[in-house]
Amino acid sequence: MRGITFIRQFGEVILAIAIAPLFAGWIAQCRAWMQSRSAPLVTQPYRMLRKLFSKDAALAETASPLFRITPYVLFGTMVLAAAIIPSLATDLPFARAADAIALIGLFATARVFLSLAAMDIGTGFGSMGARREMMIGFLAEPALLMVLFNASLLYGSTALPSLVDGYRAHPTIIDPSVIFAAVAFVMVLLAENARIPIDNPATHLELTMIHEAMLLEYSARHLALVEWASYLKLFNYACIGFALFVPWGIAIHGSDGGGVLALSIVALLGKLVVAGSALALIETLSAKLRIFRAPEFLAMAFLLAVLGLLVHLLLGVR
Amino acid sequence: MELLAVLSLPLLGFFLLALFGARRVAPELNISISLATFIAASLLAVRVARHGPILVLHDQFFVDAFNVFLVALTAFVGLTTAIFSRPYMRIEELHGRLTPRRLRLYHAMYQLFMAAMFLALLTNNMGLLWVAMEAATLSTVLLVSLYRTRASLEAAWKYFILCGVGIAQALFGTILLYFAAEKALGSEGMTALLWTHLNAVKGQLEPRVLGLAFVFLLVGYGTKVGLAPLHNWLPDAHAEGPTPVSAVLSGLLLNVALYAVIRCKVLVEGSIGVALPSRMLMGFGLLSAVLASFFLWRQRDIKRLFGYSSIEHMGIITFAFGLGGPIANFAALLHMTVHSLTKSSIFFTAGHASQASGTQQMDGIRGLLGTSPTIGWGLMLGSLAILGMPPFGVFSSEFLILTTAMREHPGTTPLLLIALGVAFAAIFSRVQPMVFGDKEAQPLPHSPALVPVFVHLALVLMLGIYMPPALAEWYRVAARLIG
Amino acid sequence: MHLLHPFTVPVINVLNLLAACLLLLSFAMLSRRRTQRLITLFAWQGGILCLSTSLVAYSSGLHELYYSAALTLLLKVITLPLILRRLIYRLGAEWDSETMVNIPVTMLAGLMLVIFAFGLAQPISMMATTITRNMLGIALAVILLSFLMMITRRKAVTQVIGFLAMENGLFFAATSATYGMPMVIELGIALDVLVGVFILGLFFFQIREQFESLDLRNMENLKEE
Repeated sequence: MRGITFIRQFGEVILAIAIAPLFAGWIAQCRAWMQSRSAPLVTQPYRMLRKLFSKDAALAETASPLFRITPYVLFGTMVLAAAIIPSLATDLPFARAADAIALIGLFATARVFLSLAAMDIGTGFGSMGARREMMIGFLAEPALLMVLFNASLLYGSTALPSLVDGYRAHPTIIDPSVIFAAVAFVMVLLAENARIPIDNPATHLELTMIHEAMLLEYSARHLALVEWASYLKLFNYACIGFALFVPWGIAIHGSDGGGVLALSIVALLGKLVVAGSALALIETLSAKLRIFRAPEFLAMAFLLAVLGLLVHLLLGVR
Repeated sequence: MELLAVLSLPLLGFFLLALFGARRVAPELNISISLATFIAASLLAVRVARHGPILVLHDQFFVDAFNVFLVALTAFVGLTTAIFSRPYMRIEELHGRLTPRRLRLYHAMYQLFMAAMFLALLTNNMGLLWVAMEAATLSTVLLVSLYRTRASLEAAWKYFILCGVGIAQALFGTILLYFAAEKALGSEGMTALLWTHLNAVKGQLEPRVLGLAFVFLLVGYGTKVGLAPLHNWLPDAHAEGPTPVSAVLSGLLLNVALYAVIRCKVLVEGSIGVALPSRMLMGFGLLSAVLASFFLWRQRDIKRLFGYSSIEHMGIITFAFGLGGPIANFAALLHMTVHSLTKSSIFFTAGHASQASGTQQMDGIRGLLGTSPTIGWGLMLGSLAILGMPPFGVFSSEFLILTTAMREHPGTTPLLLIALGVAFAAIFSRVQPMVFGDKEAQPLPHSPALVPVFVHLALVLMLGIYMPPALAEWYRVAARLIG
Repeated sequence: MHLLHPFTVPVINVLNLLAACLLLLSFAMLSRRRTQRLITLFAWQGGILCLSTSLVAYSSGLHELYYSAALTLLLKVITLPLILRRLIYRLGAEWDSETMVNIPVTMLAGLMLVIFAFGLAQPISMMATTITRNMLGIALAVILLSFLMMITRRKAVTQVIGFLAMENGLFFAATSATYGMPMVIELGIALDVLVGVFILGLFFFQIREQFESLDLRNMENLKEE
């Protein structure tokens, strides 16, 4: 019995690592279609990763060991996060240990390492990107916490698996506060993953870039790991969103068997496809904000989440 | 029958004047319709005085001593204002400030405004009362901006937005009232918002909801009464609109809005038992009176000056209704009457005075007694009357209010006295040089109709010296209704 | 009491959801700069009102309310946005945007207003079944938020949209909390709103003729010196 759950846990992590680049590729393809450009293949991220891994790494002379271990730390934290998040099933050995707050801590660790590494070399762009990233993170974190509190108010726990279980126990009830939380969450997701209203993942324009500015000094396998980690981050955020707002199809506690698991994989893929095209649509429809408007954007996300809490207190179904 | 006539005549007038308002005979038509309305209103008043309250048309309309007195007053001031506006508007046309098309708009909207006010006064339905108040606002917005100058547009915009927001609050209050009423009366048909029905079951209405409803209703309708701190629109609208409109706004619309507040107060006080509504009325009334009297000092425009004076007096009346009891209510009703009459007559003379001097700035108006003694005396006597000099009716009502306040709430008396004293000094020091002083004004190109001014002032004087027993009885009945 | 509120649980749920959407749209309006976007959001608000009214009509069996819903659809989703769009097109104000007090501060103020509104509606919860309390709180919040929007905006057209949004909140209060006012009153209110918008339309042209702009900062001359 215990063995099965460990195998399931292992399988989930492997699946996450494997399809995260695919998710990013799918979004890029949708965006290209919507903007009537000729689309790159869905597998483009894999090709890029393979190319990067086959190259020799070049390091700046001033690079410290911190710079060198950061890619591994990033990748490791994101894999760990993927293990915590109940993307396929709630009955996971890892998930019991850590709840949503720990998850936010993991993301914060990754952010700190990336920022330190970016400043490590001492180039202007690196430290500029790091500063911006810290600002965004500083604003996005409370908003994300509020979203999670919102959900935990509903089901009385901050652990994601119990949230999903709680949600599935009352499937007919949609709490109005969920709408506010969902909108706030999407805004945080866009900001945290360097998507369009805040940052553009597809450009290297000096004055506006945030995430890309931090990666300028990385090459080859280091760069590959960092990129892979950011694909994983996006995937993880999407899975958090599914767990909080659309947990249908996730195998809940106590349901065993291969059929259920296969069903949950299909459900996950389906949700990823829909979420990816929705993200691409949002990115196509909105214009990039000036960096000075980013705090405004995130403050709105925070306020919406707080509003969700208030609405829950007023309109709470039970 | 008379009731239907009172309601439909102004409406008929609106349609007629919308068609023929630009013709030469339009002012006469306006006067004759107002006269017919006044006759109908008097007949209605006589009937109510003889046979008591009337409920007609499935209880949708309701007349008792309280509102029939206001109907009569409204019809009377409406008639005299129509008489006054005939020469006044003709002079404005000669001065090139108005065109025949604008005059048509003016005449039609004047009648529509009267119709809306009569509807507000006569309806028994709190929802319809709201609709009528809003209609009265809408019809006067275009009247305030009649000159289409920058200042008048700004004033009209402010008037619309402020009163619009205010009246939206009143609608929320009405909804809350309905919400409470539905529980007691059921939502079948349209009975749940009928004032008489609500009044019958007011003891069963949920006090918390009604308390909240009253706050919204007071803020909403209070904006239209011109109670501080929501009075901003009032001086602007009075100063920038044509004078007849200032006269009816001050003399009538404020009364009608206050009528709405009082009707609500009766319901709410009956429901919640405590004196919260009265306290709120007293507080807002006192605040308005004191604030307005200090603002009077800073005025340079003659119509603005008297606009602020209207705020002050509405504050005093509201305060008196807040005091409650037969004497204070009696005094408040009397003050409503004499204020309407006096203030409209002051606006009549002030309008002609500024026409004669070519400016509304008080520094430019000098020596009215020299150019046209009737205007000068009218302004002087009107000001003395509104300031509460002894022989006039304002004195008796203010005296009653003061003595009641002294007995019931001694702490408020000094504030009231300060307001009255400051207003006296401010207005008198401004009016005196305008009336006496050196001769500067030009004679008017068209002889003014000053009969209304002196009729009003004579009535005010009469109410101060001798009150006909029938009228006193009437006030007493109305005062008892308000409780 | 049961007869007054025969909503079953799922209906309450959906109504609550719609109420939350209404509040969300109010916040969205507070944060938008472009006039055109505001009109779209206003039309959405009308759509949600129409839905919630029909839902109340369906679950309570009061057929009168279907007329209210139809009236809403006609007036607030179709006619008024159309009039407003034509108006700003003819005024050439399509791409007007405005500088406002900074948005987070406005939103924070909005949040305070929501708390205030919910607190104010709380006493009613003592007497009513849950649903009415909730609706009144939300409606009051929508009204106050529209009020805030009117205060923070400087353009004439936006102020009017704020005014209309306030009316939406009132309508929501009327339908959801009390099953709608009597039909005559509702017609009267609708008429007043429509006439008001027409008058304002006239007004816009007069204002622009005199001031050559719809910016209300030009209209701050009448005050005590």
